[in-house]
Amino acid sequence: MRHLFWGGVHPEGRKELSRGTPLAPAPAPAQVVIPMLQHIGRPCTPLVKPGDPVRLGQKIGDAEGLSATVHASVSGRVLALEPRPHPSGRPVLSAVLENDGQDTPGHTLLPRQTLEGLSPDDLLSIIREAGIVGMGGATFPTDIKAVSAAGRVDTVLINACECEPYITADDALLCSVPEQVLRGASVLRAILQPDRVVLAVEDNKVQAIESVRRCLEAYSQVELAVLPTRYPQGAEKQLIQAVTGRQVPPGKLPISVGCGVFNAGTVAAICRAVFDGEPITRRVVTVTGEGVREPKNLIVRIGTSYEDVLAAAGGLTEDTCKVIMGGPMMGAAQGDLSVPVLKGTNAVLCLTQDAPAPARPVCIRCGKCVEACPMHLQPLYLYRYEAVGDLAALDALHVSDCIECGCCSYVCPGQLPLVERFRSAKQTWKEGNAS
Amino acid sequence: MKLITSSSPHIRSGETTRRLMGTVLLALLPTLLAGVWFFGPRALALVLVTVAACIVSEWVFLSVTKGPGSVLDGSSAVTGLLLALTLPATTPYWMAAVGGVFAIVVVKALGGGLGQNIFNPALAARALLLLLWPASLTRYTSVGAELPLLSMAADGVTSATPLHSMVMPSLPDASLADMFLGSIGGCIGEVSTLALLLGGAFLIWRKVISWRIPAAYLGTVAFLTLVFPRGQEPLSWMLYSLMGGGLVLGAFFMATDYATSPALPRAQLVYGIGCGALTILFRYHSLYPEGVTYAILLMNACAWALDKFLPPVRFGVQKGGEAG
Repeated sequence: MRHLFWGGVHPEGRKELSRGTPLAPAPAPAQVVIPMLQHIGRPCTPLVKPGDPVRLGQKIGDAEGLSATVHASVSGRVLALEPRPHPSGRPVLSAVLENDGQDTPGHTLLPRQTLEGLSPDDLLSIIREAGIVGMGGATFPTDIKAVSAAGRVDTVLINACECEPYITADDALLCSVPEQVLRGASVLRAILQPDRVVLAVEDNKVQAIESVRRCLEAYSQVELAVLPTRYPQGAEKQLIQAVTGRQVPPGKLPISVGCGVFNAGTVAAICRAVFDGEPITRRVVTVTGEGVREPKNLIVRIGTSYEDVLAAAGGLTEDTCKVIMGGPMMGAAQGDLSVPVLKGTNAVLCLTQDAPAPARPVCIRCGKCVEACPMHLQPLYLYRYEAVGDLAALDALHVSDCIECGCCSYVCPGQLPLVERFRSAKQTWKEGNAS
Repeated sequence: MKLITSSSPHIRSGETTRRLMGTVLLALLPTLLAGVWFFGPRALALVLVTVAACIVSEWVFLSVTKGPGSVLDGSSAVTGLLLALTLPATTPYWMAAVGGVFAIVVVKALGGGLGQNIFNPALAARALLLLLWPASLTRYTSVGAELPLLSMAADGVTSATPLHSMVMPSLPDASLADMFLGSIGGCIGEVSTLALLLGGAFLIWRKVISWRIPAAYLGTVAFLTLVFPRGQEPLSWMLYSLMGGGLVLGAFFMATDYATSPALPRAQLVYGIGCGALTILFRYHSLYPEGVTYAILLMNACAWALDKFLPPVRFGVQKGGEAG
């Protein structure tokens, strides 16, 4: 039975730009910048100081509480430990490492052949030591999510929807190394003990689906769910509804409906951590858009600057006007290309055209935003109340439910800055609730 | 290289107010052609008069007040065309022009402007003209009568519309096929059900309007006329009721007007049902044979309130929640 979610949009995919290119490593940069904050939660405590030698995979930032460890993605020497530009827009304390080109290994994790003899707690500590976070972009520390879900979920969803246009990082992963995702799923299965493990893919990834199907025989405990392509299918609440028909209540986590959702890239990272002893030092990044000369998927070391990543894809065209971390619907536009690739950077998107923004936009009440909102909100009325600062009305219309997917702004014929205003309204709402 | 750092989303669907209005104009083309076919070139001339009156008065108003919006967004052209389609082909040109100016300046602009006005400008203008000059607004010529193109007013041979006989109540002389194709007396844009259905289906297909308001409106009229057929054969009575008068034009093109109808799904259904019930109430019990204009105008007044009282069901708050 197919459960669909209300709303959503069908933006042009543009995935053909980067799809089908072989998954090759980007050249190792001469220098990497590893921020101590690449996740939701508290920054890491640095374990190195300027001048220290480092090895590839060595832990250089320790995590306490809601946090995730970080590792050196090259071997060499620590040049500096200082605040550096960060894709979030605010400078973040970062270790600047000089690459000696030797890739001298410094892993502390042991590669395992099988899961035998490993308790769920052992596996969780491997995930924590490897610094794994939600690699679809949410960057929530995976071990903490898994601890809270252990024994409380009947369904584990592996999210390979990749519903944002342009991005093909998970697609490339499933095409070239589907076993990594499926093996990683078996680790999650051992930790969480669910009844079902479902790998969810949108039907626009024909090759990836083929590639997974070929491997499924060996991993019969994983189900494949092929969903009709629609944005934002990959949003946690929408995906749960699409696959299981359950709706996560407002303000609650997926656990409340017995589900745990993990991104495909995260699951592949779990596989590499457990079976190869590899912490997160690299990830697949889709470098794409009309503004980049050779769009492709690259295996990029964490901490590589956008400049270096773009150079590995042929560089920018003259008419590029926007460089975005993530996809065109929810990604963050960057003003400084010295910022590094983080664990959650699934794409570097370069656009040559910006979305129009009229000086005096007018709402014509067409209701398209209502039809598009996957959270059943009323963007046109939220916009009115935000404009006059009516916080009580914003609260009554559940502005806090907004997942900032951008569907309303995308469809609006008046080109109102809808989601932009809701973002600030949510911030005000949060601050109001906190005080 | 200067990089833009504006907030997401970074792409748009490309839909614009102007394109939406253009699609509405296109959807009304079959109806306009049918009107010209049945009532001759004077019908087209009337359309040009109202469209010009609407565009010019909007341009003047926006120039004087420096308000937001643009005469190029096409909404005033849609209002002008819709107004002409609700008038008999014999309407004096000056009267049509007065209607156009009233629709734009009083109902739309003074009512708050694009997207804000409470009442449908075309229908409010028709209501005004009907109130001031009832004789002109109810003088229907028979199909094929040659109307003078150049004289201000046209005193063609008048004939009864199917709705007039339904007041008796009795079934009209016109066949159902004539009703469907439009070979009957009536206003320029209301006679051809076929042309209206083509345009309405086009709008729904292009997602310019949702199916909810027309379906609820027509469904309610169909239900009520089947249940209360006023002593006539129920099925025929229902079909004549659906195709007679301005119902189909109203259901697809008037009741769905963005500014003056609810934007939320459940409110749209209730609004459509309200339009249908009031239409039948007015047709059965008012002085005029037709009730569509006043039914929609009354429901216009309730549109914002309906949205307020019938919000969408919040995500995650299902009845009988199936949480596992």
